[in-house]
Amino acid sequence: MVTAVDLDAHMYDVVKVGHEQLMGEVIKIQGENTIIQVYEDTSGIRPGEPVENTGLSLAVELGPGLLTSIYDGIQRPLEVLVEKMGDFIERGVTAPGLSHEKKWEFVPVKKAGDSVGPGTIIGEVQETNIVHRITVPPNLEGGVIREIKTGSFTVDETVCVLEDGTELTMMQKWPVRVPRPVIEKKNPDIPLITGQRILDGLFPIAKGGTAAIPGPFGSGKTVTQQALAKWSDAEIVVYIGCGERGNEMTEVLTEFPELEDPRTGKPLMERTVLIANTSNMPVAAREASVYTGITIAEYFRDMGYDVSLMADSTSRWAEAMREISSRLEEMPGEEGYPAYLAARLSEFYERAGRVETLNEDMGSVTVIGAVSPPGGDFSEPVTQNTLRIVKVFWALDAKLAQRRHFPAINWLNSYSLYLDSLHDWYDENVNPEWNRIRIWAMEVLQKEAELQEIVQLVGSDALPEEEQVTIEVARLIREVFLQQNAFDPVDTYCSMAKQYDMLKAIKTYADRASAAQKAGALTSQIVAIKAKNELPQVKFEKDYKPLLDKIYAQMDAEFNAMKEA
Amino acid sequence: MKEYRTISQIAGPLVFVEKTEPVGYSELVNIVQADGTIKRGQVLDTSDELVVVQCFETTAGLGRDSGVRFLGETIKMPVGSQMLGRILSGSGKPKDGGPEIVPEKRLDIGGAAINPYARDTPRQFIQTGISTIDGTNTLVRGQKLPIFSGSGLPHNEIALQIARQSKVPGSTEEFAVVFAAMGITKEEENQFMQDFERTGALEHAVVFLNLADDPAVERIVTPRLALTTAEYLAFELDYHVLVILTDMTNYCEALRQIGAAREEVPGRRGYPGYMYTDLASIYERAGIIKGKKGSVTQFSILTMPGDDITHPIPDLSGYITEGQIVVSRELHRKGIYPPINVLPSLSRLMNLGIGEGMTREDHKKVSDQLYAGYAEGVDLRGLVAIVGKDALSERDRLFLEFADLFEDRFVRQGHNEDRAIKEDTLDLGWELLATLPEEQLVRIDRELIHKYHPKYRKKAAAESGTSSATASDLRSESM
Ligand SMILES: Nc1ncnc2c1ncn2[C@@H]1O[C@H](COP(=O)(O)OP(=O)(O)OP(=O)(O)O)[C@@H](O)[C@H]1O
Ligand SMILES: [Mg+2]
Repeated sequence: MVTAVDLDAHMYDVVKVGHEQLMGEVIKIQGENTIIQVYEDTSGIRPGEPVENTGLSLAVELGPGLLTSIYDGIQRPLEVLVEKMGDFIERGVTAPGLSHEKKWEFVPVKKAGDSVGPGTIIGEVQETNIVHRITVPPNLEGGVIREIKTGSFTVDETVCVLEDGTELTMMQKWPVRVPRPVIEKKNPDIPLITGQRILDGLFPIAKGGTAAIPGPFGSGKTVTQQALAKWSDAEIVVYIGCGERGNEMTEVLTEFPELEDPRTGKPLMERTVLIANTSNMPVAAREASVYTGITIAEYFRDMGYDVSLMADSTSRWAEAMREISSRLEEMPGEEGYPAYLAARLSEFYERAGRVETLNEDMGSVTVIGAVSPPGGDFSEPVTQNTLRIVKVFWALDAKLAQRRHFPAINWLNSYSLYLDSLHDWYDENVNPEWNRIRIWAMEVLQKEAELQEIVQLVGSDALPEEEQVTIEVARLIREVFLQQNAFDPVDTYCSMAKQYDMLKAIKTYADRASAAQKAGALTSQIVAIKAKNELPQVKFEKDYKPLLDKIYAQMDAEFNAMKEA
Repeated sequence: MKEYRTISQIAGPLVFVEKTEPVGYSELVNIVQADGTIKRGQVLDTSDELVVVQCFETTAGLGRDSGVRFLGETIKMPVGSQMLGRILSGSGKPKDGGPEIVPEKRLDIGGAAINPYARDTPRQFIQTGISTIDGTNTLVRGQKLPIFSGSGLPHNEIALQIARQSKVPGSTEEFAVVFAAMGITKEEENQFMQDFERTGALEHAVVFLNLADDPAVERIVTPRLALTTAEYLAFELDYHVLVILTDMTNYCEALRQIGAAREEVPGRRGYPGYMYTDLASIYERAGIIKGKKGSVTQFSILTMPGDDITHPIPDLSGYITEGQIVVSRELHRKGIYPPINVLPSLSRLMNLGIGEGMTREDHKKVSDQLYAGYAEGVDLRGLVAIVGKDALSERDRLFLEFADLFEDRFVRQGHNEDRAIKEDTLDLGWELLATLPEEQLVRIDRELIHKYHPKYRKKAAAESGTSSATASDLRSESM
């Protein structure tokens, strides 16, 4: 942190500090003194060095070239930084977010004489397999097009001129701390399909919704976030590694280009933007990284895309706020976090939503934030303030993780407040029976939890016969349906159809078991049915239907044999 | 160089100096005592009126009559290829009676962050010869995997065994050990040094020693000197470096002490609010870089105060490192060495380094199944304590026995027992799993069971008419 005197500055102006011109941001103004949070290490900076105000607030460059990029928290492209200064991030190097040399093929979708307003799509660029739609910046008025070009341009070159002389390029700048405008927020009523059974099946999130995934270290936040980045049916993914590990970002960088989007068959990297401000990179840039990410997400939303944004971890972001605030000697709130923690969190999650864009399309930003509570204790301020805002809570559980039950999401504590609004979608798109089976599965799991309490006291043999079967069915739901191995090439993604088939098979066993029991079969016989032992195998088969048919047939035979006996 | 005699206040390790010429953040400082002794420090805060200096040594003997010189540069570590085999103090001065290090380079000890884009994914399996690590919490080159221990537990023995036995099977590349001790006792120092000398490891090692009676503040720089050295050896001289930092708890205590002296608003349990960021600036200094031959692997040791894994020191560490190996007092009491409790232990990079072509195709599944079985058995122990063994079903009894067997055979091993991953660790895992009913092995697919389960292996061996027994057979005979 640096204090400058007699700098004519406004809050959040970006300034350049010292002879090395280190980037920083004005975070407090006090009489003549301007307090600046520098985005880089300040070792060696001395009193008396110059400070220059750019007069602009922290903004990102938005335009073709964002996709497949990896940026630090203030949108410096890490690839370019390696070229400029080698393998380690030294300070004082700047690089623009987009390439200003690269040419993109611009194809207009409007013509001279058309009138355009803020947010109107004027043309397209085939950026990767994704079409990048070029819009009139939302902060311009628009007008009537005098001239619009076709051909190859850099992001600085004019592609469209309006009657009033306004020149439009393919790039716009947007201040990261200001949400981009929309016409209207809509009710999120389409699920974001993630391919993760416990999420889609029990605790779904809607496109444009918000979710938090809190958990102690090593419980699966990052693996879950990465699975969502890989498999969720968003059109664009923004992944923010905020104050976490370098190797995790490298993993994304090496893995994503090789993975295919299960729906388009195209490399996943082509729809992805990465922000990596790892734990050892400067704290101020970490604080900014979340805003940089969500601004990029909103920009793609404004093209009419469904965007999902993962922030791993929002706790590190909150801690960055805390570090900055404590250096400012602000009055600390709960556990040293600044009093505005709750406000900042809710402002951030408010930027999610399913919206009608200025171009009158539907677009969405889904926000999924990891939370890393100290000691795994959910009563701490970041978790609590987040839970007050988000609609979906995926509670990671250290006990499950220790037992290698993955995803270690606790099915009793987690919830989704979207179940009602998504109900119809499942009816129409999965199976009319889906909602019912889902409720049944939840009931069995609830029941099991109650029974387990009794078992802990008296042992499982003491349970009534019927409930011993419930325990067995619950075990199947847990081990077959809920457990999902993110590292298995097949099991890592499970389509809705397969999810339904799997749960249906378990339900079929449960129904036949209870019928057999009524007909007088022994619990030990029911539990000994061999067919169900093959169910876990279904997860690992890509073409699982033949196996499932075999299981059904065998189950049928076994139950029938029991009936006869 | 100008010497200031304007010390206005001395509080703990901090020295406040008034009205100086402009002084830079983090600049190195010499504080000259009246008798001419020089103590070293670093600038923490600087303004026109006041400079705050953190003294690396005890401030005993300093007074307002001491002089202060600002050296105009941040702390640098002289590094060179002849550092191997040397023993240095916690602030990098020779401690073995040898000459000063002839610097080939002087590097900033802060260590810039490796650009994530320049990193390469760690995926090379390191065999430590310890089953609970290799089998179920595999270490890979470039990983940071700490030991979470408690006072009085044999973490040093484990660290030494790892340092002795670690190898990449089939590789002959040059390796080095950088060992940094922070606040350890003389006795512990002897334990490490004797072992290094006995095994000849010292030749490949650079040792930094800050002992319990050395100044606490020096502990702030010791790991940074060590890591700067490690990075130099790895990224400029192509060594595969294993860094052992012990004890990170002492490091954190020093951090807390400085925070208190600066009258900062303390965070959880009195530790500074920035401790996560500070620890990250140490732990993140591990990894491999595209196009470079060497690697830095970190194996730090920390003792959990009160054996509490939710204490801020292990907690924040666990949030940064790529897993943790947890040493358990309960297993230690049972007389099991190494008393590693696999349940709370984890290696996050394990999946990258194991499987077909690296260790063996069944590795992951065997590991998952061992975990699940052991976890279940351990749970049942709780139940048995309440309802007695007789109330258990046959299935549960088998899991209960499995847990005992697992501790006795898989966890327990000799101080010098160096187990090979396939023939010893994984086959032993199968042998133990074979005591459970086959249909309970739900984590392993049929195909692998048919290939590796001792039952089928025996069958296959019998059918093919050969008398070649599997490795696990051999071992069970010899036991
Ligand atoms: N769905 C899953 N399938 C298989 N393994 C998993 C799954 N989720 C988590 N794991 C295991 O748990 C480990 C830890 O998960 P992860 O790195 O996501 O934890 P985290 O919650 O992000 O921890 P931290 O807060 O320290 O970053 C992984 O390395 C992996 O071994
Ligand atoms: Mg994580």
